[in-house]
Amino acid sequence: MPTSHPVSHQELGSKPQTFDVQKFRKDFPILTRQVHGKPLIYLDNAATTQKPLSVIEAENRYYQEYNSNIHRGVHSLSQQATKAYEDARVKIQKFLNAAHSSEIIYTRGATEGINLVAQTWGRQNIQAGDEILISAMEHHSNIVPWQMLCGEKGAILRVVPINDAGELLMDEFKKLITPKTKLVAVTHVSNALGTINPVAEIIEYAHSKGVPVLIDGAQSVPHVKVDVQALDCDFYVFSGHKIYAPTGIGVLYGKLKHLEAMPPYQGGGDMIASVTFQKTIYAKPPNKFEAGTPHIAGVIGLGAALDYVLSIGLDKIAAHEHELLVYGTAALSKIKEVRIIGTASAKAGVISFTLGDIHPHDIGTILDKQGVAIRAGHHCAQPVMERFDIPATARASFGLYNTRQEIDVLVLAIQKTLEVFA
Amino acid sequence: MSDFSDLYQDLILDHQKNPRNFGELAGANHHADGYNPLCGDKLSLFLKLDDQGTIQDIHFKGSGCAISKASASMMTVALKGKKTVEAEKMFHEFHDMVMGKIDKAPEDLGKLKVFEGVKEYPARVKCASLAWHTMEAALHNEKDTVTTDDGKGSES
Repeated sequence: MPTSHPVSHQELGSKPQTFDVQKFRKDFPILTRQVHGKPLIYLDNAATTQKPLSVIEAENRYYQEYNSNIHRGVHSLSQQATKAYEDARVKIQKFLNAAHSSEIIYTRGATEGINLVAQTWGRQNIQAGDEILISAMEHHSNIVPWQMLCGEKGAILRVVPINDAGELLMDEFKKLITPKTKLVAVTHVSNALGTINPVAEIIEYAHSKGVPVLIDGAQSVPHVKVDVQALDCDFYVFSGHKIYAPTGIGVLYGKLKHLEAMPPYQGGGDMIASVTFQKTIYAKPPNKFEAGTPHIAGVIGLGAALDYVLSIGLDKIAAHEHELLVYGTAALSKIKEVRIIGTASAKAGVISFTLGDIHPHDIGTILDKQGVAIRAGHHCAQPVMERFDIPATARASFGLYNTRQEIDVLVLAIQKTLEVFA
Repeated sequence: MSDFSDLYQDLILDHQKNPRNFGELAGANHHADGYNPLCGDKLSLFLKLDDQGTIQDIHFKGSGCAISKASASMMTVALKGKKTVEAEKMFHEFHDMVMGKIDKAPEDLGKLKVFEGVKEYPARVKCASLAWHTMEAALHNEKDTVTTDDGKGSES
């Protein structure tokens, strides 16, 4: 049943050298550039990933060879664009193992996917006194849309607490599900902590109480195999740019029964069956939720990115990143000033840390001078920072093209930071 | 000279480690709070002005990065004993300097010229200018917390 699990050390030990990272690095043109005269070491993959040439070329090809609007024209270019656009939907359907391609809605990203659900399903189903349950490790994008909805409806936002390792307290989660709970919205993988949540267990329990579940998959799809039918989640959202696709394109998966019952998100062209000044008949999903000319090039780029990831294999990528996580955690732990924030037993390739009392923005600037790109700040998860009583963290996050050698440079760069502030 | 000396000069690191005029100020008659939502830097500024508009004393407290802390500390040193009109003038000069709007740092900024290197780090301009914005608000006794968020994500 559960489809997401961290890769164990034993599994890695059996086949250590099957991942040809140097070969894959050549697929990413940006990795050859320098920053401040030093080779770029890109460790900010949880913010956004770099793009392989195949994705860049797929977008280019659309603009150079068959740029046109979709679902409209009878001319060849429009038919070609429409086919590419809809083929990508089928790729995404297979990638998530959704039952129908019409359950795949294109959005601008995970944020818009959550807002779409809040503003359509939420407005239709949430009433005064109802409760929406989220977790203490949510990104602001899975907090604020629900706060807005609660404010509008007089509903209440409840929060599942986490422990000092950054793991959800499942007992508390179960206690917080009451007859008033109308929706559970939790992240699959925490962007600030790296924690992989037991979403299968969460969904199973919530469903046993008749509560639907939305999963924020922004940080999980690049690293964890997702099967929405096995999970049985009601909604699943993710962003393309975190899985080697362009920015500005993302996906909302929703069970067809929900999508059919939900009102439209935005009105406009392409979301209608017929329009008169008296009455508009809406199109069926997915078109019902895709008003206006969409980000066609982005959709095509997303399709190419999924092709790329699948050509390597998500399991192999996950195993490689887990190996980097284990190696990086050990290396950083040797620096006595380092405090790792987020030490869950199930973790994706994210190492969030503080360095003595050096502010993360100072760490970020000094690392950048050495070519090392990390994220510094609250990671759009201010409640997480508050939970650990820190203003911000520095965060290294791994992608398929990162290497052990890059982590060695990160460690040296951290040591230089300590020297500057000694 | 390390790679980082243009920004993290010894004087800045000294003020970061040993901030001057740090803590609340008894008898302050002007006060304002500043906040940088980008990095969570928080700063409170306290001023004691006399009837002639001279800054008798100035203190700050708060938490933040090395640049924001050192900038606040050095600002308090520079402004003590100055007239408010001089403080306003220095605020504008400092702002123009870290924004890279002027080619050469004005001489009357004295030691504050050490922050000229910030102009090469657009992401850090707000760190350096938070204390000054808060000081300006304190002069006018503005009650709302000053934020460096102008809705554009970068200082203008």
